[in-house]
Amino acid sequence: MTGSPVLQARGLSMLYGDERALVRAVDEVDLEVPAGQSLAVMGPSGCGKSTLLHLLGGLQRPTGGQVWLAGHRIDTMSERDLARLRRDRIGFVFQAFHLMDELTAVENVELAALLAGQSPGRARKRAMYLLDRVGLADRAAHLPSALSGGQRQRVAIARALSNEPLVVLADEPTGNLDSAATLEVLRLFEELHAAGQTLVVVTHDARIAAVADRVIAMRDGAFADDSQLANAATGTGYGGWR
Amino acid sequence: MQDVVLAMLAKEPAHGYELRSRMRAALGPLGEAMNAGQIYVTLARLGRAGLVTSERAEGLPDRPDRRVYALTPAGQQRVAGWLAEVSWPKPDLTEFHLKLVAAAAARLADPVALVDAQRREVLRRLRDIQRAALDRSVDPVAGLLLEGVVLRLRADLEWLENCERTWTGRDRTGRKAGA
Repeated sequence: MTGSPVLQARGLSMLYGDERALVRAVDEVDLEVPAGQSLAVMGPSGCGKSTLLHLLGGLQRPTGGQVWLAGHRIDTMSERDLARLRRDRIGFVFQAFHLMDELTAVENVELAALLAGQSPGRARKRAMYLLDRVGLADRAAHLPSALSGGQRQRVAIARALSNEPLVVLADEPTGNLDSAATLEVLRLFEELHAAGQTLVVVTHDARIAAVADRVIAMRDGAFADDSQLANAATGTGYGGWR
Repeated sequence: MQDVVLAMLAKEPAHGYELRSRMRAALGPLGEAMNAGQIYVTLARLGRAGLVTSERAEGLPDRPDRRVYALTPAGQQRVAGWLAEVSWPKPDLTEFHLKLVAAAAARLADPVALVDAQRREVLRRLRDIQRAALDRSVDPVAGLLLEGVVLRLRADLEWLENCERTWTGRDRTGRKAGA
């Protein structure tokens, strides 16, 4: 389920500080993410994976190199175009959910569509469809404060899907979740992947590998290891049966 | 294996295939690799040790899979002892640790490359187990076993990360230090 690249980076760099104390958060990274691929970028905190995600999603501008989304170069776009691109073509999921506390679940999900100028009727219909898809149709009228962590993250994922994004970019999406909620989020990612959604997840959580086609190990701002994992079903267990 | 088979028999006398299906149910996806023959080999050993007796069923040919097995009093004692035991499997990291030390000392291989290869392997196992756990049809009790395996593999990955960090900063073959 992979095709032409949705996301591409060439020589992507993000340097902080000056010559005396130069930090290479992202150090000349090349990356191609084909359509439909689910990619996990793993590494310890401070390895630069969050910065990488921000550069790929146009949340930060690189100090060097280039980023293309669906063939359009985005690192040189105007702030206005970039904001529109983020709203219309990219879905973001964050560790801390970033939901609006004063809006209900369905209002959080439909907000981006309303800002993009969609009619309230259509936006609501799509938001309800997405909440149903993440298993939260019956929580549509709840405020985030009335939802569990796992439910909030599922609302955030529904919101990320509202604009039918080219790619979903997730930063440590299971970082605040217990193991049952993590399982729910992984199942959701697995379903998105099966439906052909391109996914890039940066994480410390190796369980994400269960839903990834490809795992990149990142350290010191560079890719240390890039492995395509075969889509094998269960087999060799840890110890297994003796 | 012997203790497990004995304990599974503690509830009531059973055919070998019943024991097997009880174990498979308890193990969930991890039970699929279980070999039917192992049960009968184990039952035969337990019989010779006087821990299990068996009776052939009326009018059927005398084959291990037709017999009904039961615990002897000695078998019951052994089960009670096993349940009270607190032994726990030790994950053996010594060999891998020494592999890194030896590889670096003899300049045979880059320890960090060895760590990378090992990480891929552990990640692959974790992925397989986690995929099994994602299946909604997994019974919650069998799911507990999968969760335990996932936790152990995550601990192994964390340790490998520490190995990598330490070896990256050292003098080693083939790569520049502190890259």
